Amino acid sequence: MFSGFPLFPEQASTLALGVDGLYFFLVLVTAFFFVAISAALLFFSVKYRRRSPHEWPAEIHGSLMLELAWSIVPFLICVVIFAWGAILFFSMNRPPDNAIEVSVVGKRWMWKLQHMTGQREINELHIPVGRAVKLTLTSEDVIHSFFVPAFRVKKDAVPGRYNVMWFQATKPGRYHLFCAEYCGTQHSRMIGEIIAMEPADFQTWIQGGPAPESPVAAGQKLFAELNCITCHRADSQGRGPVLDGLAGSTVKLLGGGTAVADDTYLRESILVPAAKIVDGYQPIMPTYQGQVSEEGVLHLLAYIQSLKGQAGAAGAAGGNK
Amino acid sequence: MAHAETHAAEAHGHADHAPQSFIWKYVFSKDHKVIGIQYYVTAMFMALIAGLLAMTIRLQLAWPEKTFPSLNFLTKGYTDGVMNPEFYAMLFTMHGTIMVFFVLSTAPVSGFGNMLIPLQVGARDMAFPFLNGLSFWTFLPGCIVILSSFFVGAGAAAGGWTSYPPLSALRSAVPGSEMGQTLWIIGMVFFIASFTMGGLNFVTTILNMRTKGLSMMRMPMTLWAMFLVAVLGLLSFPALTAASLMLLFDRHFGTSFFIPSGLVLSGQVVNHQGGSPLLWQHLFWFLGHPEVYILMLPALGFTSDIMVAFCRKPIFGYKAMVGAMLAISGLSFVVWGHHMFVSGMSPYLGMAFAVGTMLIAVPSAVKTFNWLATLWRSRIIFKTPMLWAMGVVSLFISGGLSGIWLGQTALDIHFHDTYFVVAHFHLIMAGAALFGVFGATAFWFPKMFGRMMNDTLGKIHFWFTFLAYYCTFFPMHYIGLAGHMRRIYDPYQYEFLKNLQPINQFITISAFILGASQILFFINYFWSAFRGEKATDNPWNAAGLEWTTPSPPGHGNWPGEIPEVHRWPFDYSVPGAEKDFVLQTDPAPIGDKAGSH
Repeated sequence: MFSGFPLFPEQASTLALGVDGLYFFLVLVTAFFFVAISAALLFFSVKYRRRSPHEWPAEIHGSLMLELAWSIVPFLICVVIFAWGAILFFSMNRPPDNAIEVSVVGKRWMWKLQHMTGQREINELHIPVGRAVKLTLTSEDVIHSFFVPAFRVKKDAVPGRYNVMWFQATKPGRYHLFCAEYCGTQHSRMIGEIIAMEPADFQTWIQGGPAPESPVAAGQKLFAELNCITCHRADSQGRGPVLDGLAGSTVKLLGGGTAVADDTYLRESILVPAAKIVDGYQPIMPTYQGQVSEEGVLHLLAYIQSLKGQAGAAGAAGGNK
Repeated sequence: MAHAETHAAEAHGHADHAPQSFIWKYVFSKDHKVIGIQYYVTAMFMALIAGLLAMTIRLQLAWPEKTFPSLNFLTKGYTDGVMNPEFYAMLFTMHGTIMVFFVLSTAPVSGFGNMLIPLQVGARDMAFPFLNGLSFWTFLPGCIVILSSFFVGAGAAAGGWTSYPPLSALRSAVPGSEMGQTLWIIGMVFFIASFTMGGLNFVTTILNMRTKGLSMMRMPMTLWAMFLVAVLGLLSFPALTAASLMLLFDRHFGTSFFIPSGLVLSGQVVNHQGGSPLLWQHLFWFLGHPEVYILMLPALGFTSDIMVAFCRKPIFGYKAMVGAMLAISGLSFVVWGHHMFVSGMSPYLGMAFAVGTMLIAVPSAVKTFNWLATLWRSRIIFKTPMLWAMGVVSLFISGGLSGIWLGQTALDIHFHDTYFVVAHFHLIMAGAALFGVFGATAFWFPKMFGRMMNDTLGKIHFWFTFLAYYCTFFPMHYIGLAGHMRRIYDPYQYEFLKNLQPINQFITISAFILGASQILFFINYFWSAFRGEKATDNPWNAAGLEWTTPSPPGHGNWPGEIPEVHRWPFDYSVPGAEKDFVLQTDPAPIGDKAGSH
């Protein structure tokens, strides 16, 4: 019902519906208070203007009841707004389990995207309508921010960490994609497009062209090329920790303490292995800083994540779903 | 309670004699009034520069396709009449930095704080006059360093006033990240050192040097604001000092506080590892949020004190007004994360910051409604200071309400980094602070120069400024809603922003009118300072202690003994009193309902 509302950009995601509901409510609340208070201010200015120096105002010092009223009423309104916003915010931060996964690397001044099935795109993202899409964002230089106004979503791509965002397009179309965080001279030219397609069209698009290499497969290849396999063996006889089932688990560190082996931890361990040493191992791994690109790291992460339980096969299959 | 029964000011040797030579009297002065004016006039000059930067920004946003060969004299900024994108980034970075720190923190706090605190607490000078002079002479080099950055190497800092690394940390990231960013850091460190000296002086003077009878709960709202502002500054600025120095080390000495591993910038592998860019954001905003209240609170104090004098009616709900200021100050320390909702913070942490932010609406509502209730059934005299006070109330409402949009998380995601945010903070933080300063200038001008500002010219200046201010910043809400981002050099590279160009042109014309209107103020200020009508000691028939001094107050402020205070400064129209105000120093047992505690 708000899609015809001229004050907001096009509404094209499931999240936009909820956000615009709250937006509409806030327009009403703030317009009411703005008009009411401004009118009172004007009215008092006219009505209580001093006409002669002999006029004295009423003697009023305060009123506890009034002050309580105009503390409690705004408080209650704010609680409602907060709760409403909080519910929406949590849904923005919880991607559905069946989401299509896409990795995004920001770079001055372009977006590099890759589907889990391997298709790479630059400054363009093809997605199906009616299906959640989960993006894992990072950057290889400075901070960027992935902003799709029609979807009402925005998330920073921060170098050195992985942020997650998701959306589900509701109608086919081409939607603007911007960088919202100032990132240097050509910032205003860092422009892209989200192309939402009917599911059937999307299937055609994704199956068109030669079959690309999936990130898991690319990671597996890189794993071999970089000779990671020499130390990180599957049989716990290697000089490095076993990677099977590592992703997401809690690791005991040398000198006490633990760390959760999330994406950020794994990235750090590849680029700066000495930062955190797993208990029972020697700090012998060389640094890979400057030898693996940001996409290469993402491929290795995809491969390591696929090593759950039974080798890499299951994960690779999952990626092709 | 810390009664200042010792008349501490008299115990200080400095109060005994006034310096005679020009240089010690007006240049390296230790007199709080001279220092206040020095700060104020320096801030005016900085405002002129930062205002011109804003005009250049607006010119670019309205007509990016036009060429301006007449601007080619800005050799770093324009090539063949077309603005360089690097220069645009320097403009918004330096406009923000200068306005926030060197104008809107300086004029109300360092300017009026120094001017008014001793007059309102009943002291001969600030607690540490030498430190006070030193603070100004630390501030001035900061200004010079910041301004000089335009003329070195590739130009001034260009990472935004927030200076987010890695953009600000990697010297090759943007041209301004070379020498310009280093000078930005050095300028900021000078500024913070100066502000800290001032803050120590404010807190000490207000706590220890109040004259006999002036309990904390008899202080005017301006004094409360200055006290809280000084505390906020002392507690929050160290975070930025530390962060700035860490940034300096990252840039020049190879540390990696803010630079993560594995960066590749323009094809070059960056040889840093292990830092986090988000650490800077936390440190910056730990200062940044209290900082915006450092700008705001003095304006709220001025407004209350001006309002009562022109309503001829006591302040409505003094305790609630003080409580609201305390609450706003306290909450300002736990809401910095609302600037970082899109940075990828845990939603649970986001909730904590959002709760605190939404709670600020409550003391803000109390302030607004109590002002309205002060006006209610009063007898308002519309002189220039009162118009500005009403202007602050108006901006506080319009800017405060949009705070509710941004304070909760869901909508902020869409609005973050758009012109909606620009509209919000220009109305509430910049606008209210600016209007507060204009009001305070007109109101306390007699205590600065012993003369009155021209009221007619003042009113014309007000109406031009008020209308142009709204015309400039209110439409920014709309273009923000439409998705127009901040800090973009050419909005019309975006297909869907093309239809916003007429609105941007309207904003730019309004901004030019707003800028030009300030000429009226400069004329009024300097003309009145030398040629204005001579002021009586208490031209507004106000009740505060400062109005018992001569206009202008001489060295030591009161010619004789420092007067004792017998009541609060809000005794207007007390039934049974002879006149419609009772001076704070009047010992007569009438009125003073709340001041008796």
